[in-house]
Amino acid sequence: MYKLKYGTAAVFKYATLLLGAFAALVPIAVVFFASFKTNKEYGTSSPLTLPDNWLNFANYSKAFVNGNMLLGFGNTIFIVVVSIVGATIIGAMIAFVLNRFRFRGRQLMMGAFLLATLIPSVTTQVATFRIIDFFHLVDTRFAPILLYLGTDIIAVYIFMQFLDSISDSLDESAMLDGASYFTIFWRIILPLLAPAIVTVVIVKGVNIYNDFYTPFLYMPSEDLQVLSTALFKFKGPYGSQWEVICAGIMITIIPILLIFLSLQKYIYNGFAQGSVK
Amino acid sequence: MLNNLSYKTQRKIIIFAFSLIPVALLFTFAYLPVFNMFKYSFTDWNGYSKSYDYVGFENYKTIFTDSKYFTVFKVSLYYFIGSFAQMAVALYFATVLSSNVRFKNFFKGVLFFPYLLNGVAIGFIFLFFFRPDGTLDTLMQSVGLGAYTQGWLLNPAIINISLAGASLWRYMGFNFIIFLGAISSIGKDVYEAAAIDGANRWHQFRHIILPSIKSIVQLNLILAISGAISAFDIPYIMTGGSNGSNTFVIQTVTTAFKYNKLGLASAMAVVLLFIVIIVTLLQRLFIKEEK
Repeated sequence: MYKLKYGTAAVFKYATLLLGAFAALVPIAVVFFASFKTNKEYGTSSPLTLPDNWLNFANYSKAFVNGNMLLGFGNTIFIVVVSIVGATIIGAMIAFVLNRFRFRGRQLMMGAFLLATLIPSVTTQVATFRIIDFFHLVDTRFAPILLYLGTDIIAVYIFMQFLDSISDSLDESAMLDGASYFTIFWRIILPLLAPAIVTVVIVKGVNIYNDFYTPFLYMPSEDLQVLSTALFKFKGPYGSQWEVICAGIMITIIPILLIFLSLQKYIYNGFAQGSVK
Repeated sequence: MLNNLSYKTQRKIIIFAFSLIPVALLFTFAYLPVFNMFKYSFTDWNGYSKSYDYVGFENYKTIFTDSKYFTVFKVSLYYFIGSFAQMAVALYFATVLSSNVRFKNFFKGVLFFPYLLNGVAIGFIFLFFFRPDGTLDTLMQSVGLGAYTQGWLLNPAIINISLAGASLWRYMGFNFIIFLGAISSIGKDVYEAAAIDGANRWHQFRHIILPSIKSIVQLNLILAISGAISAFDIPYIMTGGSNGSNTFVIQTVTTAFKYNKLGLASAMAVVLLFIVIIVTLLQRLFIKEEK
């Protein structure tokens, strides 16, 4: 009797897991199928049918060339790299100062960084746009970069938390050797922050790579398109050619899939740590 | 060069030099917009002309009396309810996958992966999914539910359920991976002790897992709630806010950038900001009291 009960529980467990995996995969799989179909084949076959020819890359080349995806990749990589490097350096600097020194205004400064997380940036865009406009940065790559640096303060938290676990005695022994505070920061603290930096790179990298709102609002020019805005442009002209749109979708998914498969462990840890504020 | 200075002077220099840029960025791009937004919300500014007039609470009155602006709050409810379902599903899979399961890594990866995708890609994937004779309709026909297919994105009565579903698909993996991380950090000895006492899987969930990850569930719930109120990507990309799927943020963006009513849009953003902050503060108070 006991054995039977255990059996049903296990069946239920695996059935729900399979259902979950099915629900997560099917929407992507059908897009993958459609991306290899010809226009005629797409029109006559059901979405669940496999394509006749798995080597039909015509839609991919059409999407890649006409959608100017290479430009999108270039702009996305530029913005991701500059924002992440900037956020890491800036975040580490302010976290170092707030964690290692006790000075007047420290509490106030810490409060200011804490409170800022409460402001959902999507609500303030109306006014932020005017500020970016004031600096004549609308329609430049620096608009999103500055916003990613200034409004998403998650890096500061992750670093502050991590610094708590790096003992002061390291700083002190370096000071006995006559190292300056800058040397301590650059040679001791920053290298020790490496695991936290990995977390920041992953959490921020995914957010920036996937962001649609900021580039859409601040960089309307064709030659500044990032991956998400490039893909968004497919909507109008290819409305009747879903097989091309599907190829476009797959082009944006494949790089992230490869990164995910190779860095799985770091990605899981990154999100698990990055979320515990 | 710095080595020649005393640590006292160095300290001053480094505090100043290291906080200047971060603080300047924080104030310019996080606080100044909030301040300006309050100011604009009492004006009739169109966003580009040199001058504007102060109109008092006129904009706020419009939001709360004109049904065009007020009804969009109702749409948030769908995403709000959706976020509860999302938490439940995430909690279920996190609990199941924290036990001994075959192909654990495969299931973990598959359930989490959608969260890593681009918002536009997800929007398009679900446009394709919900199309007439698209994936969902075909799936339903193949299991004999063909009679129940709907205009998933055409019928105003169900469009928001479809969109909230797409949103759940997108964000579930995030909650799932965080819950899984929290559950895995519970010591093995606790389970063993419970097993000796004859606790089954449900008892374990109810008395061990749930209490130890309670605060992280609450934290995620609050994130999900403010996310629901500020839903934008999915409905904007998929429907542009048509067929009754307009959300508060879409309405704000179109009011500001399409109709050039920056004053009114600012007032809407202020209302949204207040709601999010109140919900967050209530939640923080709630968590503190329990500790």
